[in-house]
Formats: sequence, C-alpha cells, structure tokens
Amino acid sequence: MSIQQISVFLENKKGRLAEVTELLSGSGINIRALALADTTDFGVLRMIVNDYKKCQDILKKHGFIVRLTDVIGVEVEDRPGGLNRVMQLFNSNNVNIEYMYAFVEKKKDNAVVVFRIDDMEKAKKVLKENKINIFSAEL
Amino acid sequence: MIWNETYEKLSRERLKELQSERLINLVKNLYEKVIFYKKKMDKAGVHPNDIKSIDDISKLPFTTKDELRTVYPYGLLAVDLKYIVEIHTSSGTTGTPVVDAYTRHDIEIWSEVMARTLSMAGTTEEDIVQNAYGYGLFTGGLGVHYGARKIGANIIPISGGNTKRQLQIMQDFKSTILTCTPSYCLFLAEVAKEMNIDLSKLNLRAGCFGAEPWSESMRKEIENKLHVKAHDIYGLTEIIGPGVAAECEEQDGLHVYEDHFYPEIIDPETDNVLANGEKGELVITTLTKEGTPLLRYRTRDITFLKPGTCRCGRTSVKMNRLLGRTDDMLIIRGVNVFPSQIEQVLLKIEGTEPHYQLIVNREQHLDFLEVQVEMNEKLFSDEIKNLETTEKKIEGELYIALGIHTKVKLVEPKSIQRSEGKAKRIIDKRTM
Repeated sequence: MSIQQISVFLENKKGRLAEVTELLSGSGINIRALALADTTDFGVLRMIVNDYKKCQDILKKHGFIVRLTDVIGVEVEDRPGGLNRVMQLFNSNNVNIEYMYAFVEKKKDNAVVVFRIDDMEKAKKVLKENKINIFSAEL
Repeated sequence: MIWNETYEKLSRERLKELQSERLINLVKNLYEKVIFYKKKMDKAGVHPNDIKSIDDISKLPFTTKDELRTVYPYGLLAVDLKYIVEIHTSSGTTGTPVVDAYTRHDIEIWSEVMARTLSMAGTTEEDIVQNAYGYGLFTGGLGVHYGARKIGANIIPISGGNTKRQLQIMQDFKSTILTCTPSYCLFLAEVAKEMNIDLSKLNLRAGCFGAEPWSESMRKEIENKLHVKAHDIYGLTEIIGPGVAAECEEQDGLHVYEDHFYPEIIDPETDNVLANGEKGELVITTLTKEGTPLLRYRTRDITFLKPGTCRCGRTSVKMNRLLGRTDDMLIIRGVNVFPSQIEQVLLKIEGTEPHYQLIVNREQHLDFLEVQVEMNEKLFSDEIKNLETTEKKIEGELYIALGIHTKVKLVEPKSIQRSEGKAKRIIDKRTM
C-alpha cells in the first residue's frame, strides 16, 4: 500500500509557506508530516495530510502547482538502529531512495519514515518479506 | 587627430554634390543588378531617373531587417560572387542571420572609416592597439583590425575574453589604445583591482568602446578607473560593422561618415523624415558599398542628428549617443537578444509555456540575463533534481538559440505580471 503525498511548488518568497498553512488550516486539513526541499530559487513542499484530495483541490483553486506522488510510509522503532534496519535492507536489495523524511507517532513508540523510491513495487516486496509494517493511506 | 582632412572637413556643398552623385550611381546600379531592389522600387513607383540628387532619397523605399532575411544568403549581392573577399554576418540569434559581403573596395572603405574612428581617439602609427573585440563573423574584431592596420599602428589581436591574459599583455606590451565593449572594459578594471594592478601606471591612453548601449556616467567610470579617454563608436553589421560613426575628442556626439553612410531620422510610426534635432529612428543608406549596399536601412536605433561644424574642425553631422530602440531588442554583452527568440525556445521545449519574463542585470559590469519561466503541472516534479534538470535544459536550449548564457529561474504561475495587450516581458535593471 502506498500513501499519496502532496507536493507543492513554492518560490523562495517571504510568507509563501505561511500562505499554504493558512489555507489548509482554514479548510480543516491536518498536516501529518511535512518536509521542505529547497534550492536558492524555489522549494518543494512535501506533505502527508489527512485528506489529500481536498487538500489538492484547495491548493489548486488558489493557483498553486500541486502534484500527487506515491510514497511509502514505513514504521520503524523509535530507538537506535530502528531506521538502520530498513536502510540496510534497501541497500542490500538495491532499492534506491529518491528522498525521505520522518515523523514520530504520538500513539505508539514508533517513528514513521516516508520514502520516495524509484521502484516502489520492489521496495514493498522487500519490506513485506522482512515483515516490516507499511502504512496504508490512513496514517 | 584627423585621418582624412579632405573628406572629414569637406564643405557641406561639396559633400552634398558627392552624396548626390554617389546616390544616383547606387540606385542605378541596384536597379539593374539586384532583383530585390528592382522589385521594391517598381512597387514604390520610383525609377532611377527620379533620383537626381540626395534630396530625392525620400522617394526611395525603406529596407528592413526582415526583408534582408528573405534574401539570405546571397540575394542582396550587387556584384558577382567572385568579387566578394570576405563575409560577416549578424549573430543570427533572431533566426536567419543578416549578411554583409565585402568586396576589396568595401574592405578598403571599412579600413578607411575605422582609421578615421581610431584617429579620433588619437591613434597613430606609434600606438599599440589592444583589440579585445571578438574576431570572427562578428564585425567588431576585424573592423578595428583593418582600421588600425591602415593607420600602421601595432595591433594586438587578442580578441575577447581571457581577462587575466588581457591585463598581462596590457602590461607587458604597453598597450596604449584599448578597443572592446564598455562593459567588458569595466570588467577588466575590476579584475585589475583584484590582481593589484595599478591601472594609472599603465600606458593606456584612450579607448574606442561600442557594440552595446552605454551612458555618460559609465564613461566617467571608465575614464576614472582606466585612466583613458573613452570614445563612443557606432556601427552595425548590416551597414559595414563598426565605423559608421564615432566620437572625436569633443566627446559630444558621434560624427557620421556621411560621404559613405547617409543618415536620416524618421518617425517610426509615420515613416516621415524628421528635421535635425528631432528624435526618431536612424535610417542609413550606404553610398559607396559594392557587395551588399543598403537603401534607407531602418536600424531601429533611436537618436537625433546635430548638424554644424564641430570644434574639432570636422564638418560631418553628428548623431547623439543612442537613446533606445524602436523594438524590444536587448543587447546583452554585445549580443542582440529579442524576447521572441526566448518565446520560441520555450514553445519548443515539452511542457513549458511561453509565460516568461526577462530580468537584465549588470553584475560586476557584466550583463546577466535571467529568464523567469512559469511553472506548470506538466513541468512540476516532487524531486528537486528533476526541476533543476528542467532549468538546465532550458538554459541549454537558450544558449543554442541565443549564443549567450542565461540563468533560468522557475517561478510560480501567474507571478509574471499579465498586462492588457502586450505583456511586460522585460525588466532592465542595468544602470548604464
């Protein structure tokens, strides 16, 4: 199972990110995880939200360039070596990571790591074989 | 320093006779030998017999750059190809380049007018001319070269770029005259400072700077930093290259070599010829060229003419330093750039839309062109490397089309101002 990540194109302009959060908060969208990748000129905001379809609609309506991307959410133990296990598995199975970011779950003592991977099916297979929990659309 | 006392100080009456005689011959010759001109004149209802003096020039049709493109490459030749000894072209950045084909006689004229130009900056056979204009199809390098050779000066044909070497050679060979674009000149000064070279200790005395627009404040800066007298020079590939007009020691307008190039100022909207002193588009007729003569060529440059004998003794009319363009052409580091070319490039690249804006800046005295391209859903990717690849790809395509490096910046949609009618495409932040 994969998760739909919302990616938003942002120019490096003052207050631009705040405009996005303002829009989303006003529409009852909850941001579960977020990462910002940036260059000197622009940034790409990547988010996992509670309702990606609604989120996409709102942002588009306000003129943002938005894209949905399949990502994998993996649960790792929130202790030393938790992430390393997954990384070693990916590495030994030649699964290439385009980018990743992490957040900590409140309910459990687990961290959730979001991976964007070139070969999603292969990654899922590796994780499944090693009994590593993959998140479904519901985070 | 006057190179050609006879022609540069010719009385206005004698000049007018000479111009009339030359125009009559030119029109006759073009009508017989160049189909392009015969058609144009027939269409305008003018016959060579109607041209009896230079005053009749206004009966002749104009020639535009677009028309020249339609006869590329050899359609404008007024002599047999075997008499052509050299070819130059415009950079061709706007599509089909414009060709200037020179006969031996044309090269001789070019040498003559450039000898006049360099003499205005005081160049004699004693001088060492460091020629930092580009050599090649671009007319700057060889134009200066021929003029300096005619004077008998020592030419260092270093061409453009390679700034540290320029400064080394300037010191070692004791160059006295520098020729390059004004912005490159200031860049040289900047690098000299970094290299701890005291420019006041060098032998440089004067320079001829052109191929791009500049200003009085830039002149002051050049003169202060390089300790030279800075002369503005004007020319364009279509006419002959550099050597159409240049500034004498008075530095108050550029003497047009009227015995070879006849200037008119017209209202670009109505096409009416304007009186001396009125601002408008400069139109030039080449009175003596053999290879590719031009009748009433519309330069798109805006200026005005100032008649009257100059304090230097020359009788030719002077044109003011350029005031602008009638089109949206930009000159970036001596290269002509039209926004339409950028649009064409964007239309060719998959996914890009022709929503763009051009920001021109001068950093460290060099012009930089930033092309802001609006992002859209097709171009967008969640991966930074893909977006950077897109920027690089557009930069690469632009380089192929324009011949200059640009910085492409992806911007959010609608961030480029949409104005009614014509979009505001250009923001020129350069202080000339």
